[in-house]
Amino acid sequence: MTAATDYTLAELCIVAASQAFANDGEVLATGIGVIPRLAASLAMKTSNTDLMMTDSEAWMLSEPNPIGNRPADFVPALESWMGFSRIFDNVWSGKRHAMLGPTQIDRFGQSNTSALGGTYEKPKTMMLGARGFPGNSISHPNSFFVPEHNSRVFMDGECDFVSSIGYNPARLPKGHKLDDVDIRLVITNLCVMDFGGPNHQIRLVSLHPGVTAEQVQQNTGYPVHIPAEVPVTAAPTVEQLAVIAALDPHNQRAQQIKDNPPGIRA
Amino acid sequence: MNKQMTAAQVVAQLKDGMTIGIGGWGPRRKPMALVREILRSDLKDLTIVSYGGADVGMLCAAGKVKKVVFAFVSLDFIPLEPYFREARQSGAIDVMEIDEGMMLLGLRAAAWGIPFIPTEVGLGTDVINKNSAIKVIDSPYDDKEWVAMPALKLDASLLHVDKADVRGVCQIAGPDHYMDDWFARAAAKTYVSCDELVETAYFHDPAQARMVHWERSATTGVVPIAGGAHPSSCSPLYGFDVPHFKAYVASAKEEGGFKGYCDKFLGASEAEYQKNVGGLDAIRSIALPTY
Repeated sequence: MTAATDYTLAELCIVAASQAFANDGEVLATGIGVIPRLAASLAMKTSNTDLMMTDSEAWMLSEPNPIGNRPADFVPALESWMGFSRIFDNVWSGKRHAMLGPTQIDRFGQSNTSALGGTYEKPKTMMLGARGFPGNSISHPNSFFVPEHNSRVFMDGECDFVSSIGYNPARLPKGHKLDDVDIRLVITNLCVMDFGGPNHQIRLVSLHPGVTAEQVQQNTGYPVHIPAEVPVTAAPTVEQLAVIAALDPHNQRAQQIKDNPPGIRA
Repeated sequence: MNKQMTAAQVVAQLKDGMTIGIGGWGPRRKPMALVREILRSDLKDLTIVSYGGADVGMLCAAGKVKKVVFAFVSLDFIPLEPYFREARQSGAIDVMEIDEGMMLLGLRAAAWGIPFIPTEVGLGTDVINKNSAIKVIDSPYDDKEWVAMPALKLDASLLHVDKADVRGVCQIAGPDHYMDDWFARAAAKTYVSCDELVETAYFHDPAQARMVHWERSATTGVVPIAGGAHPSSCSPLYGFDVPHFKAYVASAKEEGGFKGYCDKFLGASEAEYQKNVGGLDAIRSIALPTY
Protein backbone atom coordinates (compact mmCIF):
# COMPACT_ATOMS: atom_id res chain seq x y z
CA MET A 1 0.00 0.00 0.00
CA THR A 2 1.57 3.22 -1.20
CA ALA A 3 0.23 6.59 -0.09
CA ALA A 4 -0.61 8.75 -3.09
CA THR A 5 0.77 12.28 -3.30
CA ASP A 6 -1.48 13.52 -6.08
CA TYR A 7 -5.20 13.22 -5.40
CA THR A 8 -8.28 15.39 -5.36
CA LEU A 9 -10.28 16.46 -2.33
CA ALA A 10 -13.17 14.38 -3.68
CA GLU A 11 -10.95 11.30 -3.70
CA LEU A 12 -9.76 12.06 -0.17
CA CYS A 13 -13.40 12.33 0.94
CA ILE A 14 -14.31 9.05 -0.79
CA VAL A 15 -11.53 7.22 1.02
CA ALA A 16 -12.32 8.86 4.36
CA ALA A 17 -16.02 8.11 3.92
CA SER A 18 -15.32 4.50 2.99
CA GLN A 19 -13.89 4.07 6.49
CA ALA A 20 -17.43 4.43 7.82
CA PHE A 21 -18.28 1.02 6.34
CA ALA A 22 -15.02 -0.79 7.09
CA ASN A 23 -16.18 -2.53 10.28
CA ASP A 24 -19.85 -2.95 9.47
CA GLY A 25 -19.79 -6.63 8.61
CA GLU A 26 -22.59 -7.98 6.43
CA VAL A 27 -24.96 -5.03 6.03
CA LEU A 28 -26.52 -3.17 3.13
CA ALA A 29 -24.38 -0.11 2.38
CA THR A 30 -26.41 2.68 0.80
CA GLY A 31 -24.53 5.72 -0.41
CA ILE A 32 -26.79 8.38 -1.91
CA GLY A 33 -24.91 10.71 -4.25
CA VAL A 34 -21.66 10.16 -6.11
CA ILE A 35 -19.17 10.45 -3.24
CA PRO A 36 -21.15 8.34 -0.72
CA ARG A 37 -21.85 5.71 -3.38
CA LEU A 38 -18.18 5.54 -4.36
CA ALA A 39 -17.23 5.38 -0.67
CA ALA A 40 -19.53 2.41 -0.08
CA SER A 41 -18.36 0.77 -3.32
CA LEU A 42 -14.69 1.26 -2.40
CA ALA A 43 -15.31 -0.31 1.01
CA MET A 44 -17.06 -3.27 -0.63
CA LYS A 45 -14.11 -3.74 -3.00
CA THR A 46 -11.41 -3.39 -0.30
CA SER A 47 -11.93 -3.02 3.46
CA ASN A 48 -15.22 -4.90 3.87
CA THR A 49 -15.96 -7.40 1.13
CA ASP A 50 -18.97 -8.70 3.12
CA LEU A 51 -20.93 -5.51 2.41
CA MET A 52 -24.14 -5.72 0.42
CA MET A 53 -25.21 -3.16 -2.17
CA THR A 54 -28.04 -2.48 -4.59
CA ASP A 55 -27.88 -1.15 -8.13
CA SER A 56 -29.89 1.88 -6.87
CA GLU A 57 -32.87 0.44 -8.69
CA ALA A 58 -34.20 -2.99 -7.81
CA TRP A 59 -31.42 -5.57 -7.58
CA MET A 60 -28.76 -6.60 -5.08
CA LEU A 61 -25.27 -6.76 -6.53
CA SER A 62 -22.36 -8.95 -5.53
CA GLU A 63 -20.03 -6.40 -7.18
CA PRO A 64 -20.70 -2.64 -7.18
CA ASN A 65 -21.67 -1.19 -10.57
CA PRO A 66 -19.42 1.51 -12.02
CA ILE A 67 -21.19 4.89 -11.97
CA GLY A 68 -22.71 6.37 -15.11
CA ASN A 69 -23.27 4.94 -18.57
CA ARG A 70 -21.78 1.50 -18.99
CA PRO A 71 -20.80 -0.39 -22.13
CA ALA A 72 -23.63 -2.16 -23.94
CA ASP A 73 -22.12 -5.55 -23.10
CA PHE A 74 -21.79 -4.77 -19.38
CA VAL A 75 -23.38 -7.45 -17.21
CA PRO A 76 -24.20 -6.37 -13.64
CA ALA A 77 -23.43 -8.95 -10.96
CA LEU A 78 -26.99 -9.46 -9.68
CA GLU A 79 -27.56 -11.66 -6.67
CA SER A 80 -31.19 -11.05 -5.74
CA TRP A 81 -34.25 -8.93 -6.36
CA MET A 82 -34.41 -5.93 -4.02
CA GLY A 83 -37.33 -3.69 -4.90
CA PHE A 84 -38.20 -0.68 -2.80
CA SER A 85 -40.79 -2.43 -0.63
CA ARG A 86 -38.18 -5.03 0.32
CA ILE A 87 -35.68 -2.30 1.19
CA PHE A 88 -37.87 -1.47 4.19
CA ASP A 89 -37.71 -5.05 5.44
CA ASN A 90 -33.94 -4.62 5.43
CA VAL A 91 -34.06 -1.11 6.98
CA TRP A 92 -36.22 -2.24 9.88
CA SER A 93 -33.95 -5.25 10.50
CA GLY A 94 -31.14 -2.79 11.24
CA LYS A 95 -28.75 -4.50 8.82
CA ARG A 96 -28.03 -1.37 6.84
CA HIS A 97 -25.76 1.66 6.97
CA ALA A 98 -26.78 4.67 4.91
CA MET A 99 -24.69 7.72 4.03
CA LEU A 100 -26.66 10.74 2.92
CA GLY A 101 -26.35 14.47 2.50
CA PRO A 102 -29.04 16.41 4.34
CA THR A 103 -29.57 20.15 3.96
CA GLN A 104 -29.16 20.91 7.67
CA ILE A 105 -27.42 19.07 10.52
CA ASP A 106 -27.87 20.56 13.99
CA ARG A 107 -25.80 20.13 17.15
CA PHE A 108 -27.82 17.07 18.14
CA GLY A 109 -27.07 15.34 14.83
CA GLN A 110 -30.70 15.84 13.81
CA SER A 111 -31.00 16.52 10.11
CA ASN A 112 -33.40 18.28 7.77
CA THR A 113 -34.29 17.37 4.19
CA SER A 114 -37.64 19.11 4.03
CA ALA A 115 -39.01 22.54 4.97
CA LEU A 116 -36.56 25.45 5.37
CA GLY A 117 -37.40 28.82 6.85
CA GLY A 118 -40.81 30.47 7.12
CA THR A 119 -43.39 28.33 8.89
CA TYR A 120 -44.05 24.65 8.41
CA GLU A 121 -47.41 25.52 6.84
CA LYS A 122 -45.73 27.93 4.46
CA PRO A 123 -42.00 27.23 4.30
CA LYS A 124 -39.65 29.67 2.60
CA THR A 125 -38.00 26.81 0.73
CA MET A 126 -39.43 23.33 0.30
CA MET A 127 -36.85 20.63 -0.27
CA LEU A 128 -37.44 16.91 -0.90
CA GLY A 129 -39.47 15.93 2.13
CA ALA A 130 -38.62 13.61 5.03
CA ARG A 131 -37.96 10.74 2.58
CA GLY A 132 -36.69 7.68 4.48
CA PHE A 133 -34.73 9.68 7.06
CA PRO A 134 -37.07 9.08 10.03
CA GLY A 135 -36.97 5.31 9.55
CA ASN A 136 -33.28 5.14 8.69
CA SER A 137 -32.29 7.17 11.74
CA ILE A 138 -34.12 5.04 14.28
CA SER A 139 -33.47 1.68 12.62
CA HIS A 140 -29.82 1.53 11.63
CA PRO A 141 -26.47 3.39 11.61
CA ASN A 142 -26.19 6.47 9.41
CA SER A 143 -23.37 8.72 8.23
CA PHE A 144 -23.47 12.09 6.54
CA PHE A 145 -21.54 13.61 3.67
CA VAL A 146 -21.45 17.41 3.31
CA PRO A 147 -19.66 18.76 0.22
CA GLU A 148 -19.57 22.33 1.50
CA HIS A 149 -18.94 22.63 5.22
CA ASN A 150 -20.54 25.87 6.42
CA SER A 151 -22.74 27.22 9.17
CA ARG A 152 -25.85 27.08 6.96
CA VAL A 153 -25.61 23.28 6.94
CA PHE A 154 -24.19 22.98 10.47
CA MET A 155 -26.55 25.62 11.74
CA ASP A 156 -27.11 27.30 15.07
CA GLY A 157 -30.29 26.20 16.84
CA GLU A 158 -32.45 23.23 15.94
CA CYS A 159 -33.27 22.06 12.39
CA ASP A 160 -36.28 23.86 10.90
CA PHE A 161 -37.79 20.41 10.32
CA VAL A 162 -36.36 17.34 12.03
CA SER A 163 -36.26 14.56 9.43
CA SER A 164 -33.97 12.25 11.39
CA ILE A 165 -33.63 11.59 15.10
CA GLY A 166 -30.42 12.68 16.79
CA TYR A 167 -28.96 12.95 20.28
CA ASN A 168 -31.57 15.42 21.54
CA PRO A 169 -32.72 14.58 25.08
CA ALA A 170 -35.85 16.69 24.61
CA ARG A 171 -37.02 14.45 21.74
CA LEU A 172 -35.93 11.11 23.16
CA PRO A 173 -38.83 8.66 22.82
CA LYS A 174 -40.04 6.90 25.96
CA GLY A 175 -38.13 3.70 26.65
CA HIS A 176 -35.24 4.70 24.38
CA LYS A 177 -31.70 5.74 25.27
CA LEU A 178 -29.64 8.36 23.47
CA ASP A 179 -27.12 5.60 22.82
CA ASP A 180 -29.76 3.84 20.68
CA VAL A 181 -29.18 6.58 18.11
CA ASP A 182 -26.22 5.59 15.95
CA ILE A 183 -24.74 8.39 13.88
CA ARG A 184 -21.34 7.31 12.63
CA LEU A 185 -19.11 9.61 10.57
CA VAL A 186 -19.72 13.08 9.20
CA ILE A 187 -17.41 13.64 6.23
CA THR A 188 -17.08 17.15 4.81
CA ASN A 189 -14.78 19.04 2.46
CA LEU A 190 -12.86 20.19 5.56
CA CYS A 191 -12.71 17.28 7.93
CA VAL A 192 -14.13 14.10 9.40
CA MET A 193 -16.28 14.35 12.52
CA ASP A 194 -18.45 12.12 14.67
CA PHE A 195 -20.74 12.58 17.67
CA GLY A 196 -18.26 11.04 20.11
CA GLY A 197 -17.61 14.17 22.18
CA PRO A 198 -18.90 14.66 25.76
CA ASN A 199 -22.67 14.02 25.86
CA HIS A 200 -22.68 13.16 22.16
CA GLN A 201 -21.22 16.52 21.18
CA ILE A 202 -19.95 16.69 17.62
CA ARG A 203 -16.22 15.90 17.65
CA LEU A 204 -13.39 16.48 15.23
CA VAL A 205 -11.91 13.14 14.14
CA SER A 206 -9.42 14.26 11.48
CA LEU A 207 -8.56 17.35 9.51
CA HIS A 208 -8.02 17.23 5.77
CA PRO A 209 -4.50 18.34 4.74
CA GLY A 210 -4.04 22.09 5.17
CA VAL A 211 -7.25 22.65 7.17
CA THR A 212 -7.13 23.95 10.75
CA ALA A 213 -9.43 23.19 13.66
CA GLU A 214 -10.22 26.92 13.81
CA GLN A 215 -11.49 26.80 10.23
CA VAL A 216 -13.78 23.91 11.10
CA GLN A 217 -15.12 25.74 14.14
CA GLN A 218 -15.62 28.97 12.19
CA ASN A 219 -17.73 27.12 9.65
CA THR A 220 -19.82 25.24 12.20
CA GLY A 221 -22.73 27.00 13.90
CA TYR A 222 -22.16 25.25 17.24
CA PRO A 223 -19.17 24.21 19.36
CA VAL A 224 -17.11 21.34 17.98
CA HIS A 225 -15.28 19.16 20.49
CA ILE A 226 -11.63 19.35 19.49
CA PRO A 227 -9.37 16.72 21.08
CA ALA A 228 -5.79 17.64 22.02
CA GLU A 229 -4.42 15.56 19.16
CA VAL A 230 -6.26 15.65 15.84
CA PRO A 231 -4.69 13.61 13.04
CA VAL A 232 -4.61 14.57 9.40
CA THR A 233 -7.09 12.58 7.28
CA ALA A 234 -5.18 9.67 5.77
CA ALA A 235 -4.20 10.15 2.14
CA PRO A 236 -5.67 7.69 -0.37
CA THR A 237 -3.35 4.88 -1.40
CA VAL A 238 -2.39 4.37 -5.02
CA GLU A 239 -4.39 1.14 -4.90
CA GLN A 240 -7.50 2.91 -3.59
CA LEU A 241 -7.26 5.55 -6.30
CA ALA A 242 -7.13 2.82 -8.93
CA VAL A 243 -10.27 1.18 -7.52
CA ILE A 244 -12.05 4.55 -7.42
CA ALA A 245 -11.07 5.30 -11.03
CA ALA A 246 -12.48 1.95 -12.14
CA LEU A 247 -15.72 2.56 -10.23
CA ASP A 248 -16.10 6.06 -11.68
CA PRO A 249 -14.85 5.83 -15.28
CA HIS A 250 -16.55 9.09 -16.32
CA ASN A 251 -14.93 10.99 -13.43
CA GLN A 252 -18.23 12.17 -12.00
CA ARG A 253 -16.37 12.64 -8.71
CA ALA A 254 -14.73 15.72 -10.23
CA GLN A 255 -18.15 17.45 -10.28
CA GLN A 256 -19.01 16.91 -6.63
CA ILE A 257 -16.97 19.53 -4.74
CA LYS A 258 -16.83 23.12 -5.97
CA ASP A 259 -13.88 23.64 -8.36
CA ASN A 260 -12.63 20.06 -7.75
CA PRO A 261 -9.70 21.18 -5.55
CA PRO A 262 -6.63 19.06 -4.87
CA GLY A 263 -6.60 16.98 -1.68
CA ILE A 264 -3.58 18.81 -0.36
CA ARG A 265 -4.55 22.46 -0.20
CA ALA A 266 -1.96 24.95 -1.36
CA MET B 1 -66.00 -9.85 -16.11
CA ASN B 2 -64.89 -7.22 -18.61
CA LYS B 3 -63.37 -4.27 -16.74
CA GLN B 4 -62.15 -2.32 -19.73
CA MET B 5 -62.99 1.37 -19.59
CA THR B 6 -61.75 4.73 -20.84
CA ALA B 7 -59.81 7.36 -18.92
CA ALA B 8 -62.85 9.63 -19.07
CA GLN B 9 -64.99 6.88 -17.54
CA VAL B 10 -62.45 6.48 -14.73
CA VAL B 11 -62.47 10.19 -13.94
CA ALA B 12 -66.28 10.18 -14.02
CA GLN B 13 -66.12 7.70 -11.13
CA LEU B 14 -64.04 10.10 -9.03
CA LYS B 15 -65.65 12.73 -6.83
CA ASP B 16 -64.55 16.01 -5.31
CA GLY B 17 -62.89 15.53 -1.94
CA MET B 18 -61.82 11.94 -2.54
CA THR B 19 -58.57 10.47 -1.25
CA ILE B 20 -56.68 9.12 -4.23
CA GLY B 21 -53.55 6.99 -4.21
CA ILE B 22 -51.20 7.21 -7.17
CA GLY B 23 -48.76 4.38 -7.86
CA GLY B 24 -45.23 4.50 -9.21
CA TRP B 25 -42.27 6.29 -7.67
CA GLY B 26 -40.97 9.80 -8.48
CA PRO B 27 -40.53 9.86 -12.28
CA ARG B 28 -41.18 6.13 -12.68
CA ARG B 29 -44.28 4.29 -13.92
CA LYS B 30 -46.82 6.95 -13.00
CA PRO B 31 -50.35 6.70 -14.43
CA MET B 32 -49.84 10.06 -16.10
CA ALA B 33 -52.54 9.67 -18.76
CA LEU B 34 -55.11 9.23 -15.96
CA VAL B 35 -53.60 12.22 -14.14
CA ARG B 36 -53.92 14.23 -17.35
CA GLU B 37 -57.58 13.24 -17.59
CA ILE B 38 -58.05 14.67 -14.08
CA LEU B 39 -56.31 17.85 -15.24
CA ARG B 40 -58.93 18.11 -18.02
CA SER B 41 -61.80 17.58 -15.56
CA ASP B 42 -63.39 19.84 -12.95
CA LEU B 43 -62.46 17.54 -10.04
CA LYS B 44 -61.17 19.38 -6.97
CA ASP B 45 -60.32 19.17 -3.27
CA LEU B 46 -58.50 15.88 -3.69
CA THR B 47 -56.24 14.32 -1.09
CA ILE B 48 -53.36 12.69 -2.94
CA VAL B 49 -51.28 9.85 -1.46
CA SER B 50 -48.16 9.26 -3.52
CA TYR B 51 -44.47 8.54 -3.71
CA GLY B 52 -44.65 11.76 -5.57
CA GLY B 53 -43.32 13.08 -8.82
CA ALA B 54 -44.88 15.23 -11.53
CA ASP B 55 -48.24 13.56 -10.79
CA VAL B 56 -48.38 15.51 -7.53
CA GLY B 57 -46.81 18.64 -8.99
CA MET B 58 -49.27 18.84 -11.91
CA LEU B 59 -52.35 18.22 -9.77
CA CYS B 60 -51.17 20.90 -7.31
CA ALA B 61 -50.46 23.35 -10.12
CA ALA B 62 -53.93 22.76 -11.57
CA GLY B 63 -55.59 23.52 -8.23
CA LYS B 64 -56.98 20.01 -7.84
CA VAL B 65 -55.40 19.30 -4.48
CA LYS B 66 -56.49 20.04 -0.94
CA LYS B 67 -53.92 17.85 0.79
CA VAL B 68 -50.86 15.77 -0.09
CA VAL B 69 -49.76 12.74 1.92
CA PHE B 70 -46.11 12.33 1.01
CA ALA B 71 -42.60 11.33 2.02
CA PHE B 72 -41.06 13.11 -0.95
CA VAL B 73 -42.07 14.77 -4.17
CA SER B 74 -39.16 14.59 -6.58
CA LEU B 75 -38.22 13.95 -10.19
CA ASP B 76 -35.05 12.14 -9.00
CA PHE B 77 -32.63 13.43 -11.62
CA ILE B 78 -34.13 16.86 -10.94
CA PRO B 79 -34.40 16.62 -7.16
CA LEU B 80 -37.04 19.26 -6.51
CA GLU B 81 -40.53 19.24 -8.05
CA PRO B 82 -41.22 22.88 -9.01
CA TYR B 83 -45.01 22.97 -8.73
CA PHE B 84 -45.13 21.02 -5.49
CA ARG B 85 -42.63 23.52 -4.09
CA GLU B 86 -44.80 26.40 -5.25
CA ALA B 87 -47.83 24.85 -3.60
CA ARG B 88 -45.95 24.30 -0.34
CA GLN B 89 -44.21 27.68 -0.33
CA SER B 90 -47.45 29.55 -0.96
CA GLY B 91 -49.26 27.61 1.75
CA ALA B 92 -51.81 26.44 -0.81
CA ILE B 93 -52.06 22.83 0.37
CA ASP B 94 -52.40 20.87 3.58
CA VAL B 95 -49.86 18.11 4.06
CA MET B 96 -49.28 14.91 5.94
CA GLU B 97 -45.52 14.46 5.63
CA ILE B 98 -44.39 10.98 6.60
CA ASP B 99 -41.50 8.58 6.13
CA GLU B 100 -41.45 6.41 2.97
CA GLY B 101 -41.82 3.28 5.06
CA MET B 102 -44.66 4.78 7.12
CA MET B 103 -46.58 5.24 3.89
CA LEU B 104 -46.09 1.55 3.12
CA LEU B 105 -47.35 0.65 6.60
CA GLY B 106 -50.36 2.95 6.23
CA LEU B 107 -51.28 1.31 2.93
CA ARG B 108 -50.84 -2.15 4.46
CA ALA B 109 -53.04 -1.24 7.41
CA ALA B 110 -55.73 -0.06 5.01
CA ALA B 111 -55.33 -3.20 2.89
CA TRP B 112 -55.60 -5.44 5.94
CA GLY B 113 -58.57 -3.61 7.44
CA ILE B 114 -56.79 -2.64 10.66
CA PRO B 115 -56.72 0.90 12.11
CA PHE B 116 -52.95 1.22 12.48
CA ILE B 117 -49.63 -0.61 12.46
CA PRO B 118 -47.17 0.02 15.29
CA THR B 119 -43.67 1.10 14.30
CA GLU B 120 -40.75 2.98 15.76
CA VAL B 121 -40.40 4.90 12.50
CA GLY B 122 -41.04 8.58 13.06
CA LEU B 123 -40.17 8.68 16.76
CA GLY B 124 -38.13 11.73 17.72
CA THR B 125 -38.82 13.50 14.41
CA ASP B 126 -41.18 16.13 13.05
CA VAL B 127 -43.22 13.63 11.03
CA ILE B 128 -44.81 12.98 14.42
CA ASN B 129 -44.67 16.51 15.85
CA LYS B 130 -46.21 18.12 12.75
CA ASN B 131 -48.93 15.49 12.32
CA SER B 132 -51.52 15.65 15.07
CA ALA B 133 -53.38 12.84 13.29
CA ILE B 134 -50.55 10.39 13.96
CA LYS B 135 -50.61 9.12 17.54
CA VAL B 136 -47.83 7.72 19.67
CA ILE B 137 -49.04 4.92 21.93
CA ASP B 138 -47.85 2.68 24.77
CA SER B 139 -47.27 -0.97 24.06
CA PRO B 140 -49.03 -3.77 25.94
CA TYR B 141 -45.81 -5.78 25.63
CA ASP B 142 -42.94 -3.47 26.56
CA ASP B 143 -42.20 -0.10 28.19
CA LYS B 144 -41.50 1.77 24.99
CA GLU B 145 -43.72 4.14 23.05
CA TRP B 146 -44.57 3.35 19.45
CA VAL B 147 -45.93 5.25 16.50
CA ALA B 148 -49.42 4.04 15.58
CA MET B 149 -49.22 4.59 11.83
CA PRO B 150 -52.87 5.02 10.79
CA ALA B 151 -54.40 3.19 7.86
CA LEU B 152 -54.25 5.26 4.67
CA LYS B 153 -57.65 4.32 3.32
CA LEU B 154 -57.99 5.30 -0.32
CA ASP B 155 -61.24 5.97 -2.15
CA ALA B 156 -59.43 5.14 -5.37
CA SER B 157 -55.99 4.23 -6.64
CA LEU B 158 -54.60 5.05 -10.06
CA LEU B 159 -51.83 2.78 -11.37
CA HIS B 160 -50.00 2.16 -14.63
CA VAL B 161 -48.72 -1.27 -15.68
CA ASP B 162 -47.15 -2.80 -18.78
CA LYS B 163 -49.77 -5.39 -19.57
CA ALA B 164 -53.24 -6.33 -18.40
CA ASP B 165 -56.18 -8.37 -19.56
CA VAL B 166 -59.75 -7.05 -19.48
CA ARG B 167 -60.45 -9.06 -16.33
CA GLY B 168 -57.92 -6.97 -14.38
CA VAL B 169 -54.92 -9.29 -14.29
CA CYS B 170 -52.06 -6.77 -14.33
CA GLN B 171 -48.41 -7.38 -15.06
CA ILE B 172 -45.44 -5.23 -14.10
CA ALA B 173 -42.45 -6.61 -15.99
CA GLY B 174 -40.13 -3.78 -14.99
CA PRO B 175 -37.69 -4.54 -12.19
CA ASP B 176 -39.77 -2.92 -9.44
CA HIS B 177 -43.50 -2.84 -8.85
CA TYR B 178 -42.84 -0.25 -6.08
CA MET B 179 -45.81 -0.18 -3.67
CA ASP B 180 -48.42 -0.57 -6.41
CA ASP B 181 -49.71 -3.84 -4.97
CA TRP B 182 -50.42 -2.05 -1.68
CA PHE B 183 -52.03 0.91 -3.44
CA ALA B 184 -54.28 -1.61 -5.22
CA ARG B 185 -55.21 -3.34 -1.96
CA ALA B 186 -55.62 -0.15 0.10
CA ALA B 187 -58.21 1.37 -2.23
CA ALA B 188 -61.97 0.87 -2.51
CA LYS B 189 -61.56 1.15 -6.31
CA THR B 190 -58.38 0.64 -8.32
CA TYR B 191 -58.10 1.89 -11.88
CA VAL B 192 -55.16 0.64 -13.90
CA SER B 193 -53.93 2.01 -17.20
CA CYS B 194 -51.82 -0.40 -19.22
CA ASP B 195 -49.42 -0.03 -22.10
CA GLU B 196 -50.78 -3.17 -23.73
CA LEU B 197 -53.98 -5.17 -23.44
CA VAL B 198 -53.33 -8.92 -23.67
CA GLU B 199 -55.42 -12.07 -23.79
CA THR B 200 -55.75 -14.01 -20.54
CA ALA B 201 -53.79 -16.86 -22.12
CA TYR B 202 -50.74 -14.62 -22.02
CA PHE B 203 -50.51 -15.27 -18.28
CA HIS B 204 -50.63 -19.06 -18.59
CA ASP B 205 -46.84 -18.97 -18.90
CA PRO B 206 -45.52 -19.10 -15.30
CA ALA B 207 -42.73 -16.64 -16.15
CA GLN B 208 -45.43 -14.10 -17.05
CA ALA B 209 -47.76 -14.99 -14.17
CA ARG B 210 -44.85 -14.48 -11.73
CA MET B 211 -44.88 -10.76 -12.57
CA VAL B 212 -48.52 -10.28 -11.50
CA HIS B 213 -48.44 -8.70 -8.06
CA TRP B 214 -52.07 -8.58 -6.98
CA GLU B 215 -55.23 -10.56 -7.76
CA ARG B 216 -57.72 -9.28 -10.30
CA SER B 217 -60.32 -8.81 -7.54
CA ALA B 218 -58.25 -5.77 -6.49
CA THR B 219 -58.57 -4.23 -9.96
CA THR B 220 -61.75 -2.26 -10.68
CA GLY B 221 -61.04 -0.94 -14.15
CA VAL B 222 -58.51 -1.45 -16.92
CA VAL B 223 -57.71 1.37 -19.35
CA PRO B 224 -55.51 0.52 -22.33
CA ILE B 225 -53.32 3.56 -23.02
CA ALA B 226 -50.07 2.78 -24.83
CA GLY B 227 -47.42 5.22 -23.62
CA GLY B 228 -49.71 6.23 -20.76
CA ALA B 229 -46.89 6.66 -18.25
CA HIS B 230 -45.19 9.39 -20.28
CA PRO B 231 -43.26 11.51 -19.29
CA SER B 232 -42.50 9.03 -16.49
CA SER B 233 -40.88 5.71 -17.34
CA CYS B 234 -42.44 2.32 -17.88
CA SER B 235 -39.49 -0.07 -17.74
CA PRO B 236 -38.77 -2.16 -19.76
CA LEU B 237 -40.82 -0.40 -22.48
CA TYR B 238 -39.48 3.17 -22.19
CA GLY B 239 -37.48 5.44 -19.91
CA PHE B 240 -38.50 8.80 -18.54
CA ASP B 241 -38.44 11.76 -20.90
CA VAL B 242 -35.59 13.95 -19.64
CA PRO B 243 -36.06 16.82 -22.12
CA HIS B 244 -39.80 16.86 -21.45
CA PHE B 245 -39.27 16.98 -17.68
CA LYS B 246 -36.75 19.78 -18.17
CA ALA B 247 -39.32 21.74 -20.18
CA TYR B 248 -41.91 21.05 -17.49
CA VAL B 249 -39.57 22.27 -14.75
CA ALA B 250 -38.57 25.32 -16.81
CA SER B 251 -42.25 26.22 -17.33
CA ALA B 252 -42.53 27.01 -13.62
CA LYS B 253 -40.15 29.93 -14.13
CA GLU B 254 -41.74 31.12 -17.36
CA GLU B 255 -44.47 33.70 -17.60
CA GLY B 256 -47.20 31.27 -18.59
CA GLY B 257 -46.31 28.86 -15.77
CA PHE B 258 -48.26 25.63 -15.67
CA LYS B 259 -50.94 27.01 -17.95
CA GLY B 260 -48.23 27.56 -20.55
CA TYR B 261 -47.13 23.94 -20.13
CA CYS B 262 -50.73 22.72 -20.53
CA ASP B 263 -51.38 24.94 -23.54
CA LYS B 264 -48.36 23.44 -25.21
CA PHE B 265 -48.81 19.79 -24.33
CA LEU B 266 -51.99 18.70 -22.54
CA GLY B 267 -54.47 18.76 -25.42
CA ALA B 268 -58.14 17.79 -25.22
CA SER B 269 -57.37 14.07 -25.29
CA GLU B 270 -54.52 11.64 -24.81
CA ALA B 271 -54.22 11.35 -28.59
CA GLU B 272 -53.63 15.10 -28.81
CA TYR B 273 -51.17 14.95 -25.94
CA GLN B 274 -49.15 12.23 -27.62
CA LYS B 275 -49.16 14.18 -30.87
CA ASN B 276 -47.85 17.21 -28.96
CA VAL B 277 -44.96 15.22 -27.45
CA GLY B 278 -43.88 13.58 -30.69
CA GLY B 279 -46.05 10.48 -30.88
CA LEU B 280 -46.09 7.00 -29.41
CA ASP B 281 -43.05 5.82 -31.36
CA ALA B 282 -41.04 8.66 -29.87
CA ILE B 283 -42.24 7.74 -26.36
CA ARG B 284 -41.45 4.08 -26.90
CA SER B 285 -37.94 4.94 -28.11
CA ILE B 286 -36.88 6.79 -24.95
CA ALA B 287 -33.89 4.96 -23.48
CA LEU B 288 -34.10 3.47 -20.01
CA PRO B 289 -32.14 5.39 -17.36
CA THR B 290 -28.81 4.17 -16.00
CA TYR B 291 -28.52 4.23 -12.22
